[in-house]
Amino acid sequence: MAEHTIGAHEETRRDFLYVATGAVAAVGAACAVWPLIDQMNPSADVLAVSSTEVDLSPVQVGQQITVKWRGKPLFVRHRTEADIAEARAVPLEDLKDPQTDEERAEKPEWLVMVGVCTHLGCIPLNGEGDDKGAFNGWFCPCHGSHYDTSGRIRKGPAPQNLTVPGYGFIDDTTIVVG
Amino acid sequence: MESLLNIGIVRWFDNRLPLLSYTQEQMMDYPAPRNLNYAWNFGSLAGLALVIQIVTGIVLAMHYTPHTEMAFDSVERIMRDVNYGWLIRYIHSNGASFFFIVVYLHVFRGLYYGSYKAPREVLWWIGLVILLCMMGTAFMGYVLPWGQMSFWGATVITNLFSAIPVIGSPIVEWLWGGFSVGNPTLTRFYALHYLLPFVIVGLVVLHLWALHHKKSNNPLGIDYKGPQDFIPFHPYYTIKDAFGVGVFLIAFSVFLFYAPNYMGHPDNYIPADPFKTPAHIVPEWYFLPFYAILRAIPDKLGGVIAMGLSIGVLFLLPWLDTSRVRSSTFRPVFKWFFWLMVVDMGILGYVGAMPAEGIWIIIGRLATAYYFLHFLILLPLIGWFERPRPLPDSIAKPVLSGGPVPGVGAAHDKA
Repeated sequence: MAEHTIGAHEETRRDFLYVATGAVAAVGAACAVWPLIDQMNPSADVLAVSSTEVDLSPVQVGQQITVKWRGKPLFVRHRTEADIAEARAVPLEDLKDPQTDEERAEKPEWLVMVGVCTHLGCIPLNGEGDDKGAFNGWFCPCHGSHYDTSGRIRKGPAPQNLTVPGYGFIDDTTIVVG
Repeated sequence: MESLLNIGIVRWFDNRLPLLSYTQEQMMDYPAPRNLNYAWNFGSLAGLALVIQIVTGIVLAMHYTPHTEMAFDSVERIMRDVNYGWLIRYIHSNGASFFFIVVYLHVFRGLYYGSYKAPREVLWWIGLVILLCMMGTAFMGYVLPWGQMSFWGATVITNLFSAIPVIGSPIVEWLWGGFSVGNPTLTRFYALHYLLPFVIVGLVVLHLWALHHKKSNNPLGIDYKGPQDFIPFHPYYTIKDAFGVGVFLIAFSVFLFYAPNYMGHPDNYIPADPFKTPAHIVPEWYFLPFYAILRAIPDKLGGVIAMGLSIGVLFLLPWLDTSRVRSSTFRPVFKWFFWLMVVDMGILGYVGAMPAEGIWIIIGRLATAYYFLHFLILLPLIGWFERPRPLPDSIAKPVLSGGPVPGVGAAHDKA
C-alpha cells in the first residue's frame, strides 16, 4: 500500500469495501422504507372482496337504481327497447374505447356498471330531470364527458367506457356483483 | 442588539452559540439595495402568512377530529361552541387565500424584475418548490372539513394520478388506502397537512440563505458596484415591511370580518356524500388557472401533463429568458408581453371557474396555448430581438444624481 501515491487511482480492496458497504446499506434502507410505503396501501380487510347481491325485480323498465359496492356507486339500469336499439346501432368505428353492447350487457335489458366517471372519478348523471348528455346515456358534470346508452364514452375527456364489473345471474331477478 | 453584547453573560453565551450576533448580521445589518420598492414587501408578508397559518392550524388541531363520521361535526363545533373557534377557523381558511395572494404577487414581482436570472436560479427553484408544497398543503387542508367540495375535490385531484399509464390505478389506491376516498385518506391527509408547513419553514430557511448569499435583486436589476448601493435592512426595510403588514392586515380583516365565506364554496357546508357529485365542482380560486389548463386538453393524460408543465416550465425560466437584462424597466418589448401574460393567467382563472362547455372550452384552449407560447417561444425570441434601453451605471447613481424619488422613476429619467 505504501507505494500508492496520492491522487493516482488504482482499484484496491478498500474500494471494494466501500462499494460493498454502500450496496448493503442501500438494500437495508430499501427494506426499511418498504413498510413505511406499504402501510398506505389498502389493508386486507379493505381488500377482502365484498360481493353484493342485487334484487332486480322492483326495477321498472327505464329505471335505474344505485347500489353501494366497494364504497362506490353501482348503476343497475333496466333499459328500454329504444335504449338497446340505440346502443346496438352504433358502429364500432365511432367509439373511443371500442366495445359492442353485447359484450357489456349479458342480458340486453340489464346494464350493470360502476357509476364512476373514468376521467377523474365523479358520478355521472342520469335520473329524473338530470342532464343525460348528448348520447341519451350519462353525463359527467365535472369535466363534460358524455356516455351513451351502453355506458360507452362518446365525447369528452374520459379515456374509457364506464367499467362493467364481474357479475352473474343467480336467478332471473337476482345478480351477484364481485 | 450591539449594546446587549456588552453585558457579560450575553457575550459569554453568544461566544458559544452566536444567536445574537447572527441575528444582528442577517436581520439588521443585512445590506439591502437602497432602491427597493413596495413590490419587495410580499416576501415578508408571505412569511407572516405562514406563521399565521401554523399558529391557527395548531390551535384548530386541538379541536378537530380526523374521522369521516366526525370531521364535519367537529368543524361545526369549532364554529359554534369552541371559544373564539369561529375566529380562529376563519383566520385559517381566509389566511390560506391571503397566503396565496401575497405569494402570487411575490412571484409576479420576480417575473417582472427578472429575479430568477443568474445568479439567483437556485433561489428561484426553492421558491417554486415552496409554491408546490403550499399547493399540496392547501389541497389536503381543504379536504379536512369533509364537506361535499372536500370529498369531490379529493376524488378528482387524486384521480389525476390514474392518468399515469399502467401504474396509475395502483398509485391511486395507494394514495386512498382503499377503493375510494375514505377514512384512511382523511387521516393521512391530516397527518401530512400538519407536517408540510414545517417542511415549508425549512425551505424558507434555504430560500433566505440563498437570498442572503447572493443578495436581493432590485428594481433596476443591475449588480452592485459598492457600499454606496446598500442600506442596512434595519431600520429602513423593517419599517417599510411593517407598513406593508399594516396594509395587509386591513385587507385581511375586511374579508375576515365582513366576508369570511366569500372565497369559499357553500357546497362545503354540506356533509360529504360519496354518492352524489355536486353539479358544479370548482377548486379554490388559487388553483383555477391550473384547473383551466387541465380541462383545456381533451385527453386525460395530456391534461394532467399540461397542468404539470405549467409549473414545470417555470423551473426552466432562467434559461428560457435569453435576455441579459433583468428588470422589465429596461425591456420595452418584454414589458408588454409580461402584462399580456398576467391578463392571460387572469383569463385562465376566470375560465377555470366556469362550466366546461360552449365558448369557455374555446377560450380556455386559446389561453392555455398562449400560456405555453409565452414561456416556450416568445420569451426566448424577445430576448434575442429586443433592444434593451441603456442601463444606469449603478444603483446609487440615479438615486443620488437625479429625481426626487429613489428607484424606478429616477431610472426612467436617467435613461
